[in-house]
Amino acid sequence: MKKLIIFFIFLFISTSNALIEVDITRGNLDPLPIAVSPLHNDPSSQTIKSGDQIIEDVGAEISKIIEVNLKRSGLFNPLKKESFVQKPDIVHIKPRFEDWKLIKAQALVTGKTIISDDKLRTEFRLWDVVAAKEIVALAFSTTPDNWRRVAHIISDKIYERLTGESGYFDTRIIYVSETGPKTQRYKKLAIMDQDGANTKYLTLGNELVLTPRFSPTNQLVTYLSYFRNLPRVYLLDIETGIQEAVGDFPGMTFAPRFSPDGKKIIMSFAKDGNSDIYTMDLDSRVVEKITDHTSIDTSPSYSPDGKYICFNSDRSGLQQIYVMRSDGSNVKRITFGKGLYGTPVWSPRGDLIAFTKVFKGKFYIGVMRADGSGERLLTENFYQEAPSWSPNGRVLIFYRETKTDSEGKGFTAKLWSIDLTGYNERLIETETDGSDPSWSSLLSK
Amino acid sequence: MDFTMNLKRLLIVLVASVALTACAAQKKTGMMTGDVYTGSDTVEYLATGVKDRVFFATNKSTLTTAARDTLRKQAAWMRKQKKVSVTVEGHADERGTREYNLALGERRANAVKDYLMTYGISGSRISVISYGKERPVNSGSTPLAWSQNRRSVTVKVK
Repeated sequence: MKKLIIFFIFLFISTSNALIEVDITRGNLDPLPIAVSPLHNDPSSQTIKSGDQIIEDVGAEISKIIEVNLKRSGLFNPLKKESFVQKPDIVHIKPRFEDWKLIKAQALVTGKTIISDDKLRTEFRLWDVVAAKEIVALAFSTTPDNWRRVAHIISDKIYERLTGESGYFDTRIIYVSETGPKTQRYKKLAIMDQDGANTKYLTLGNELVLTPRFSPTNQLVTYLSYFRNLPRVYLLDIETGIQEAVGDFPGMTFAPRFSPDGKKIIMSFAKDGNSDIYTMDLDSRVVEKITDHTSIDTSPSYSPDGKYICFNSDRSGLQQIYVMRSDGSNVKRITFGKGLYGTPVWSPRGDLIAFTKVFKGKFYIGVMRADGSGERLLTENFYQEAPSWSPNGRVLIFYRETKTDSEGKGFTAKLWSIDLTGYNERLIETETDGSDPSWSSLLSK
Repeated sequence: MDFTMNLKRLLIVLVASVALTACAAQKKTGMMTGDVYTGSDTVEYLATGVKDRVFFATNKSTLTTAARDTLRKQAAWMRKQKKVSVTVEGHADERGTREYNLALGERRANAVKDYLMTYGISGSRISVISYGKERPVNSGSTPLAWSQNRRSVTVKVK
């Protein structure tokens, strides 16, 4: 995938208080009615060839992606285009706010595109219909085949301006694609845009692959592979396709993640029945042992400032969540509730830790504060696990499996997402079954 | 009348207790003791009388009496077949989180390896691999299926 270079030609974001704003903590109780006008295409534009697709009206396509993003967030209610009165070219210059108030829009998105000299130039404006003024104006220049990312970046700008939070639409999801019967699952690493487009497979499926994670720069991925029947942590460069085993460990390494600065891999190493947490510096290749206990220590996750690590340990007898300093000192247990706790993941906002809980045969996805207080269970299911945070710490993606019937049939594994509020639980469409999802950081950072 | 009633009652009690005994017998020797699988479905043989696998309770890696009996036979077989090397696979059921299950499988495989070594088998003849919950032998979603998946399998290396 080519590096995306976006030139911001001009930027205007009003800092005065708008009358419209979206309260992100109230979930989708009151989605903000927003009108997304198709972006006007300059008639002189060349058509875009995207793979084997020909995009005739990129302005309309961009507006559709924006609508889907905003709707899926649960915070916005994109209004139906049939009710729009003003044409895309005119409304972008001067909206007649009365027309838009009539259909109950509170926010309005307009824009225009032109493709010339092999460049896609896009302008967009966000308007506060109630206050009758422009509140964001942005222009981009990029290569035409990046047109979907333009839509995602615009979506993020809208989201940011109206919620006060950074967005999560210009991101990708890496996951394990699954096919085949439950007793012989065929697994491949897959990557896609967060809206499901542009799915690509990164491995061939010849060996078992599990638990992939992005680096903070999104160019590298770490995961577990059973290549040559030796389960080890690997690094994969998404752009070059080059893979290498991480370190030279005389036993299984697994559960890998990157440190927040991208310089280290943290993982578990299992030997003689004991699993401890280790780090390896990717430059110096120096390996450090972080936990030293006869229990199983796994699923480590750094706090966003890199100072702490939360992890899963059964040192008290059963799986619980612990927090320690990143040098391994000061280990503290933080879960004391009934049941088992696993897969702790620290929010990019630093405030919460998401986890999987198993209690009385049911699986829960939940969140708690970093000291273990304020435990909140968001969703319950026969089987689900492994939450991963969106980069703004507001949405969790995880996976679910279904029961099989008495003939062992009917097994599926699917990706799901849910908001931190517990609302907006949603199936994520994938080309095949999927598991072990992990969310990238914002691509435009 | 009374006599017939009593006879009927006695018959009911007798039939019921036979049925109950049969049930109790099934719980112990049929399929599971506690939640450790004790049956012979899915079991294969390394040699005559030498089972290739042992089963575990949920979240545990301790060897049951039956497991130790199986492993003593495996060790005896390996002492006779001096050129044989094995890989011990550790597995977990799917009722737990994926990464922990990888570690649990490794722990189970090592419990078997350690036991074989106490019976004189050199560690260099035994390698270990964990598959966590990735290779269930029974795709069902019942406690019985899960108990068959909580296993450690000794595989002859060719």
